[in-house]
Amino acid sequence: MKYKSYSSWQFWSLVILRVAIGWHFLYEGISKLMNPDWSSLGYLMDSEGWLEGLFFSMGSNPSLLNVLDFLNIWGLILIGAGLILGLFTRMAAIAGMVLLTFYYLSHPPLIGATYMIPSEGNYLWVNKNLIELLTLWVILLFPTWKAVGIDRFIFKKIKI
Amino acid sequence: MTEKHQNEKGNKMNRRDLLKGFATLPVIGAFAYGVLRKRRQDHIRSHRLARELNMNTESLEYKRYAHDGDAIRLGIIGYGSRGTYLMQAAGFVPPETIKEWKDSFRWNPRDTRYADFLQQDDLNLVVNGVCDLFDVNAEKALSAAANVGREGPDGTMGKKARRYKNYQELLAADDIDAVIISTPDHWHARIAIDSARAGKHIYVEKGLARKVEEVFAIRDAVKNSRVVFQLGHQGRQTESYIKAKEAVEKNLLGKINLVEVCTNRNDPNGAWIYDIHPDGNRRTIDWEQFEKPCEKKHPFSQERFFRWRCWWDYGTGLSGDLLTHEYDAINQILGMGIPESVVASGGVYFFKQPEHYVNEVREVPDIWNATLEYPNLDFSMLYSASLANNRDRGKVIMGHDASMELGNNLIIYACEESTRYRDKIESGLIKPEIPIYTYIPGRKNVDGVATPTEQYFANRGLLYTFRGNRRIDTTHLHIAEWIQAIREGKQPSCNIDQAFEEGITAAMATIAYRESRKVYWDRERERVV
Repeated sequence: MKYKSYSSWQFWSLVILRVAIGWHFLYEGISKLMNPDWSSLGYLMDSEGWLEGLFFSMGSNPSLLNVLDFLNIWGLILIGAGLILGLFTRMAAIAGMVLLTFYYLSHPPLIGATYMIPSEGNYLWVNKNLIELLTLWVILLFPTWKAVGIDRFIFKKIKI
Repeated sequence: MTEKHQNEKGNKMNRRDLLKGFATLPVIGAFAYGVLRKRRQDHIRSHRLARELNMNTESLEYKRYAHDGDAIRLGIIGYGSRGTYLMQAAGFVPPETIKEWKDSFRWNPRDTRYADFLQQDDLNLVVNGVCDLFDVNAEKALSAAANVGREGPDGTMGKKARRYKNYQELLAADDIDAVIISTPDHWHARIAIDSARAGKHIYVEKGLARKVEEVFAIRDAVKNSRVVFQLGHQGRQTESYIKAKEAVEKNLLGKINLVEVCTNRNDPNGAWIYDIHPDGNRRTIDWEQFEKPCEKKHPFSQERFFRWRCWWDYGTGLSGDLLTHEYDAINQILGMGIPESVVASGGVYFFKQPEHYVNEVREVPDIWNATLEYPNLDFSMLYSASLANNRDRGKVIMGHDASMELGNNLIIYACEESTRYRDKIESGLIKPEIPIYTYIPGRKNVDGVATPTEQYFANRGLLYTFRGNRRIDTTHLHIAEWIQAIREGKQPSCNIDQAFEEGITAAMATIAYRESRKVYWDRERERVV
């Protein structure tokens, strides 16, 4: 992989961005893990848009719901930790994008959509899930973890 | 900084390597510190509050009855819309309805009626007799009774129940132990009294009766029999009311001075303007029997038959139909009994346009309010109802120290000027705008820190539907409790004493409105004056 050198500011701002997104994922996961009552049921049943049927059926199957809750919680935690530590970062960034795609598709800010979940801002087509998703894409394209992160030791042979 | 000479010296790890590799590790440390601090703060707040309030922090467990022994043999008297619901809650649904539910689920996954129905416990019942004055309903009741397999039209059908043309014959049958009465209100008293005399256990829909004399007569008949009596206020099974009672007993609210309860609906169905069945005619409806208890007889009227709640001859409107639900909810929490006086007013203000009736404009009000006074307990209770606006106004019990909002959830806010909580408000432990106590059924923790999102979902019944604490239809629980009381020879929660208080209170409110006067209850002599 070849790319040009960056200034220290440019490089570290990308690292900070990666860590900040990781922090957000990690805390979302940890806070769900610590709340014994948390379930994705309400979120799934609040879905609208192109795939609402899919999300409803996920929510209405109790055993599938348990699996999804488990995957979501631990997915968020591992992705978050991965982004912060720079550990299997590529995989974490891709997995994060997949999760965010699901969140976006379940609650797309369409013109006619009305959600029960109170929104803290105003969105049309673009919302924070989409922005975080695009940001992870940027993170993925600028592999800072090869320099700052545990991946540095794992993928030593790759020169950057 | 450039990274190009990063690993120039091959793969050998050096100090610079280590520093860079683990550069972000301290972030995890900061994260852990932050999480622990936050967790500790929430924990301290909810525990100090819990200690202060002394509330039981366990949520209620679902009580599964054994339902063993012989099946209890039911007779169904009245299979209209409510009767249909009660039979469903008892476990009997016509196969055609199940087919509808299944079909509907196919295109609307949110429609989980069939799955919910299958989750209901089997109460070990059989339906041996049904009685309805409308042939179509009677036939439906028979097919529901036979549907023991709980399946669609291709499922297993059990023994067919017998259809009785009148309730007296049904009560005379010796293969019936208990009856569910969901006829129009003007029949309640006669059927309940005769059932008690016939030794059949009774589940009767609210409102108990239309008149004061009927309420006394039902109480006498039930008390002079050995039957187990339950009045159909399924709100008795609502978890949050049970918690509310505990909160009141622990004096979280301080001296209670005002109770506000409401009904809010805004559609013809909610205003009892039901569909007129196309097959309802002189041949399919036993009109003479329908009108038997009426002092003044009327010519055959489909409108009156299907929309009976709109006329004083058959029902009492908002008083017996909906004030009673609110009254019974508060009575189970506060146990205040019959009010010392009642005034009521209102009118037919909305549903009187040509599209709202066929031949006769309704008699019972669609906008109505009643004030119940309890000078012996130093509080007033206000009921107000609109059938033409469904803004959710909830139930509120107001005390000197706190207010309690009641719905499916229970939320208590301290009052800013409270005496009891003054120190805690000053110290910041209690903030008047944040609940001091929140109870969301199905949520495992009971505390003051439910998130707004959780409350949002819970209010719409979307929270934890199928987990831990199952969300169960309260009518099913109410019937299950009655059945269990029959099996164990015990008293259910809405027994004849509770029913008597409900019946007298509603009758007082009806008189207050119809006679435009303040109606009093003479507690000593047990008389309405």
